[in-house]
Amino acid sequence: MNLLLKFWRSSIGKKWLVATTGLALLGFVIAHLAGNLQMFAGAEKINAYAEFLHANQKPLWVARIGLIACFVTHIVATLTLVRLNKAARPHSYALTKSVQAKISTKTMAFSGLTVLSFVVFHLLHYTLRVTDPRFKLTSEGGLLTSTHDVYQMVIMGFQNPLISGFYVLSIGLLSLHLSHGISSVFQTFGLESKRSAKWVPAAGRLLSAAILVGYASIPLAVLLGVLK
Amino acid sequence: MNLKLKVWRQKNSTAQGRLVDYEARNIPEDCSFLEMLDLVNEDLLARGEEPIAFDHDCREGICGMCSLTINGVPHGPSETTTCQLYMRKFKDGQTIYIEPFRAHAFPLLRDLTVNRSAFDRIQQAGGFISAHVGAAPDGNAILVPKTEADHAMEAAACIGCGACAAACPNASAMLFVGAKVTHLGSLPQGQPERERRVLSMVQQMDKEGFGNCSNYLECEAVCPAEIPATVIGQLNRDYASALIKDSV
Repeated sequence: MNLLLKFWRSSIGKKWLVATTGLALLGFVIAHLAGNLQMFAGAEKINAYAEFLHANQKPLWVARIGLIACFVTHIVATLTLVRLNKAARPHSYALTKSVQAKISTKTMAFSGLTVLSFVVFHLLHYTLRVTDPRFKLTSEGGLLTSTHDVYQMVIMGFQNPLISGFYVLSIGLLSLHLSHGISSVFQTFGLESKRSAKWVPAAGRLLSAAILVGYASIPLAVLLGVLK
Repeated sequence: MNLKLKVWRQKNSTAQGRLVDYEARNIPEDCSFLEMLDLVNEDLLARGEEPIAFDHDCREGICGMCSLTINGVPHGPSETTTCQLYMRKFKDGQTIYIEPFRAHAFPLLRDLTVNRSAFDRIQQAGGFISAHVGAAPDGNAILVPKTEADHAMEAAACIGCGACAAACPNASAMLFVGAKVTHLGSLPQGQPERERRVLSMVQQMDKEGFGNCSNYLECEAVCPAEIPATVIGQLNRDYASALIKDSV
């Protein structure tokens, strides 16, 4: 705890907290994608997966609390750093020109905050199921025959082009966020050498692109009628 | 060549500053940027106006004293110091914005001059070795592998001009601190104080009010000594390892 406080109190320590929690969240993004892609394996497969997750309440809640802690730390530490960064340049330049900063770097705050708003909506939509009355059991006036009928719920959800559009846009911004974040983790952990500085950003962009394609494939498949 | 200048004028640290338009006429292409300002100042003095204050010293690109943010880029459009920037890099009739290095930790003194003592204080916090070295030792008395010597030398090239902090959108000084930590931490003589050094220097850096690296890498692009941003990685790693060892 004492060590965590020491990390929190210094500039570089906070960067370590942002990077470590970011890496944990990336792990979740990849694991969640692997789970979601079971949509393509059919209703039985993904519904069994949902049932398996909910059958293990204890580990599920340990993971959820861990994720929430990472998410909150990631955001609070970043916002604290942003506040310090703004204070470090009270007078801005009349003319600013960036020499080599990438678009993903310059848009980290925008992409991060959009992803945050998306996560809130996504939880209300598919986890708490309060935004769509159809995601209730038939006995409660909804259209689901079982609470674990995730397949049917996802199909119904993504048939709405607005929801699918916001989903794909948010995943696009998440991918942009990660394309900067992944190489930044290497830099913060001090793992970047001159040689790796050449391939790490490219590998980060590739992984981010793969995450975008993976997640976007599901709403697109629903809209195109491949999944029904 | 003739140029239109927009120069930041400010009487002192507390006065309100503003960009003032000047015409620089008949400037030879082969004069340096600072010599161009000298010519403008001669003109101003002849008219009885206050000359523009700007920092300079060796005018050879090695002392780190000259500064200026030229058209939004510290040290302007060449990969050297402002004193080694020549007017042939500009086009006849071009408008040039000339502003001071801007950071909370570099308080403005007058016009284009800023106080960069914050870097001296960071250096004094730990950027040294306290071993008694005596006279120059024999060349091979302490063996240093060539790769590590090169690594240290690359970081040691930092002249402490402050362009990294001026270019960083967060006004972070981590390229400077990273260069010092990498330079001394890569050599055998720097090992005994390696952990104490990085902790003290980062503590002072935070105290001075510099921002934090977000990996924009603008610092690396404007550094006249071509210090690579990988030194920030080494700073991050050394700092975390020192903090953990200090707590255990």
